[in-house]
Amino acid sequence: MRAMIVKEFRQLRRDRRTLAMMIVMPVLLLVILGYAASFNVPDVPTVVAGPGAAAVGRALPKAFRLAGTYQASASAQAPAAWARDQLRDGHAAVAIVTGAGPGPQVLIDGSQLFDAQKAVQELAALRAGTPGDPITSAATTTASVAGSALAAPASVQILYNPELKTSFIMVPGLAGVILVFVGTVITSLGVVRERQAGTMEQLAVMPLRPADVFGGKVIPYFAVALADLAIVLGVGVGIFGVPFRGSAATFALGALLFVFVTLGLGVLISSVSQTQGQAIQLAVMTLLPQVLLSGLVFPLAAVTIGVRWIAYILPLTYFTEISRGVMLRAQPITSLWLPFACLALLGVVVTTLATLRFRAFLAPGAGK
Amino acid sequence: MTGWGADEVSVRFGSRQALDRVTVSAVPSQVTVVVGADGAGKTTLLRCVAGELAPVAGTVRRPPARRIGYLPSGTGVYVDLSVAENLRFRSAIYGIPASAARRHIGEYLERTGLDAAADRLAGQLSGGMLRKLGVVAAMLPEPELLVLDEPTTGVDPVSRADLWWLIARAVADGAAVLMSTTYTDEASRAGRVLVLDSGRTLADGTPAEIVAAVPGTIAVLPGPPAAGDERRRAWRRAGAWRVWLPPAAPTVGEVVTPDLQDAVCVAALRRELAAFGAFGADGASGADGAFGAGDG
Repeated sequence: MRAMIVKEFRQLRRDRRTLAMMIVMPVLLLVILGYAASFNVPDVPTVVAGPGAAAVGRALPKAFRLAGTYQASASAQAPAAWARDQLRDGHAAVAIVTGAGPGPQVLIDGSQLFDAQKAVQELAALRAGTPGDPITSAATTTASVAGSALAAPASVQILYNPELKTSFIMVPGLAGVILVFVGTVITSLGVVRERQAGTMEQLAVMPLRPADVFGGKVIPYFAVALADLAIVLGVGVGIFGVPFRGSAATFALGALLFVFVTLGLGVLISSVSQTQGQAIQLAVMTLLPQVLLSGLVFPLAAVTIGVRWIAYILPLTYFTEISRGVMLRAQPITSLWLPFACLALLGVVVTTLATLRFRAFLAPGAGK
Repeated sequence: MTGWGADEVSVRFGSRQALDRVTVSAVPSQVTVVVGADGAGKTTLLRCVAGELAPVAGTVRRPPARRIGYLPSGTGVYVDLSVAENLRFRSAIYGIPASAARRHIGEYLERTGLDAAADRLAGQLSGGMLRKLGVVAAMLPEPELLVLDEPTTGVDPVSRADLWWLIARAVADGAAVLMSTTYTDEASRAGRVLVLDSGRTLADGTPAEIVAAVPGTIAVLPGPPAAGDERRRAWRRAGAWRVWLPPAAPTVGEVVTPDLQDAVCVAALRRELAAFGAFGADGASGADGAFGAGDG
């Protein structure tokens, strides 16, 4: 047995990636999760509209962070419409509309589950008026118009996900996870299999351009990924009752861009992996942070800023934003330009790197 | 140089010189064999000629990719596709008309005994059948240059005969065949032989030229060689000791007619002895002909 143990340690020492996964990954995960694994959003981004917007905005309780005010007077409908647009476009999770009745109207975006839950809890606490509670204190001070107003709103309406169902926010995000799985994990395995079997060297001398090989390898996975997406959406809408309120074309464009990035990642991983085992390790190392840090599970606002920047280089962050926005809030493409642009940029960077690596892989070069 | 091949090519893998100014020529309707021990540089040379690897120096002469058939050192086929699917894929890539592809595939599979396994996954084939499939696939485009990396290594005698039928067929169709092997008996059937050792040319010419260029004689010893100089010039073959006797050396044992294997052994010994500085002491320096080619 001693010989087996010594042999196993020798092999492990030479398999740097596995060693790194065994030692570095737990530490990294602990640090990342320590800072990221929180469902508690620090405050709820709130917009205030209507004649009393400025005053209400100034006196918002601490749990509600002012994200914008709209002091319109031209039309009675305008503030409410503006407020709904702010929620639809994801600029805020709560909108307070004043001047439309005896008390303010509070609109909550149910598609931002954790913000919505916090808002509902805070409003309930305000109504209960617990002495000593800082929110209640703010609400009961003479100057705190908003506090007293929020303690007795005319109406509270939860939009997009009135029952605050978890499945409503998970299904659009899970569609992205499945695309990452097919696009990155399966694609990288498919390409590495070619290398491991020794057929890549055969392809290198065949009358094929690198683009032909690249396209030929990637397009089937692209088709499978899209079929998977259709199945996930069908199950989500048909079985879990998740609404699809927005434009199918906008969603399809976002999905195409996202698949583009994930496939590029898959090819990139395969080009730096000698074996399928190495490819799986690398693919998992890209999949795990995407699941944990993209806002799919933990709200981005709850992630420490020192770790949050990682989320902004992960494609799933942007796809989750697009899919939730389009499916749940019918968010138009005009207000989703930023995640679209980020996905496109990631797509260009990743695919360029993948193509260059793949070309080097196929084109003859000494020392290969 | 005539035909396809490589002129003075050098390849480095990091600090290791895999090929050092090696020249090889493959002419139409002829088999050129690259022979050498493991790590001699055979695969590297064939990869260069096939276009899979670019040399750091020297030039490669090869036809367009569509006119090259290549069997790499691996299987060269997809183990998760059936025999027929592998060949159909290869035909499609090379743009071979369907009728011609069907005709060739049918003939080759029947002749090599693979027809019964046409629907079997390549991964389920024996080593010899897999190698035959690889060669058939490489021959499908009716290449001008057929590059085969050790097609017969580890293959049973019957399958070897089938493989040689395929190679002979390619030669008859006018292909220039460049193949590597570790078997000198196979190399002796070639039109031209290149012997590699540690990335350098040890010998080059027809098998007869290489054998004729052996300086001195070869003798079979009745027992183990004497320690010292004789021991350094001896090697074991088929259970007996053979010794190379340079022109000035005294005769020992029974002198035999050398064959290609003896010639390759002598060439390797001479390089080794020269490196030790012992070669000059034998008074056999200044050798020329095929063995001298590419030395140093």
